[in-house]
Amino acid sequence: MKPKKYKVSGEKRIVKWLYILTFVVMAFTGFGQMPIFKRYYISDIPGMGWSADFYFTHYIHYLGAIFLLALLAYVMVDYFLITKRNVRLTASAYVRIALLTGIVLTGVIRVLKNLPEVVFSPGFTQFADISHLGFMMLYLLFAAIFLGLKSGWVQAR
Amino acid sequence: MGNTISRRAFLKGGIAAAGALAASSLPLPQTVKGATGEELATLIDIRKCIGCEACVEACQEVNAPKFPEPTKPFPKMYPSRVKVSDWSEDRDVSDRLTPYNWLFIQEAVVTVKGEKKILTFPRRCMHCQNPPCADLCPWGAARKLKNGITRIDADLCLGGSKCNKVCPWHIPQRQTGVGLYLDILPSFAGNGVMYKCDRCYDRIEQGKLPACIEVCPENVQKIGPRHEIVKEAHAIATEINGYIYGETENGGTNTLYVSPVPFEELNRAIEKGPGKPHLRPVKDAMAHADNLAKAMVVAPIAGVAAAVGKFYNTSKKVTGPKEQDK
Repeated sequence: MKPKKYKVSGEKRIVKWLYILTFVVMAFTGFGQMPIFKRYYISDIPGMGWSADFYFTHYIHYLGAIFLLALLAYVMVDYFLITKRNVRLTASAYVRIALLTGIVLTGVIRVLKNLPEVVFSPGFTQFADISHLGFMMLYLLFAAIFLGLKSGWVQAR
Repeated sequence: MGNTISRRAFLKGGIAAAGALAASSLPLPQTVKGATGEELATLIDIRKCIGCEACVEACQEVNAPKFPEPTKPFPKMYPSRVKVSDWSEDRDVSDRLTPYNWLFIQEAVVTVKGEKKILTFPRRCMHCQNPPCADLCPWGAARKLKNGITRIDADLCLGGSKCNKVCPWHIPQRQTGVGLYLDILPSFAGNGVMYKCDRCYDRIEQGKLPACIEVCPENVQKIGPRHEIVKEAHAIATEINGYIYGETENGGTNTLYVSPVPFEELNRAIEKGPGKPHLRPVKDAMAHADNLAKAMVVAPIAGVAAAVGKFYNTSKKVTGPKEQDK
């Protein structure tokens, strides 16, 4: 049986594009934390010189994280209070949520690690740093697969 | 005198000095290990350094097993703008920081009390309290330890040199042809391993002093809990009408210098460049991150409040017409 189509409101359309935009910025500035943009001429593109400035990309990444946390909290509470009445999450949504949880949690750990008074063990630091990147790579991979399968986050009940 | 003491000072000082110090000094292994849980800092008294390079030699000797043994020829790097950093043929260089020389003696000709003097002092990693190299390392290869040491794990480092770029003093130095990158994509990602002073973390674990401190014939350096080191730095600075570097630089470092001349003057007089760090004032490089981290606590609360506000408004709209129907 074909799943019922969920009519997306204007507000949700805005939220969706804000999420995509934030995620693109986060992915770009996140990858910019690796010393690759200068090596591979990205920062040589006119107007992209900032991408090789680690402090600047880190700053933007943090700003993006603030916005993303606010957005995720909004969407989550909105889902349980209002949206859930009309829709249910798809299987692909559960995969995305699991990976997103991984990204956010390891991101929070990284932020905590960067505070002057917080020192984690070397193993935990390494785990947080590498798994943050790993979760992000997996998320992008699955996002591409789900895009190909045209599998959205929700479907009508 | 503060509550810190180096082993050499203890031995040299004799019974009288030992007796005087006994009341205030902690047993060496505990002091060095940071038994109090506080970060350990070092104090470098510039007045005392005679530039003999005993510390440089001791550092090289003790840390020789950690030095890189690169595989040659190096993998061809892509794109061609990526240059190799090879110090393996210049292991004897001791007048700057290299992967084989983690400590060097910097020299400044300055005027002290109207008299021209040559001041010498050891330079190495400052071991920041909030080190950008460790905070921004994407692999967790550079890390800060609980005892205030910042070290780079040579087994994990890919040699991207980001730590060098974000370090306010550009301390870490790269050696190509060694490390993990050789096992991944040697031509396309990474370029070796970054090396710098690890303040002899392995010796400290065993309750020993860092080699540069232990071997110094003039007791130029001391190590101890940071608050005591800061206290002692201030005591010396007050006594000699001198100056302190490292207490607030980059938000505070675990290496403090005390000098009889202003650091602006020293900075002008020293040779600066790659592997030869400056002595300029340094703002807290990670302050922006610390401030934004606080905003991250508020962000989800704002998101929840917005969603609850929407729910409240929606509920009002739903109940509104019903009330009108009555």
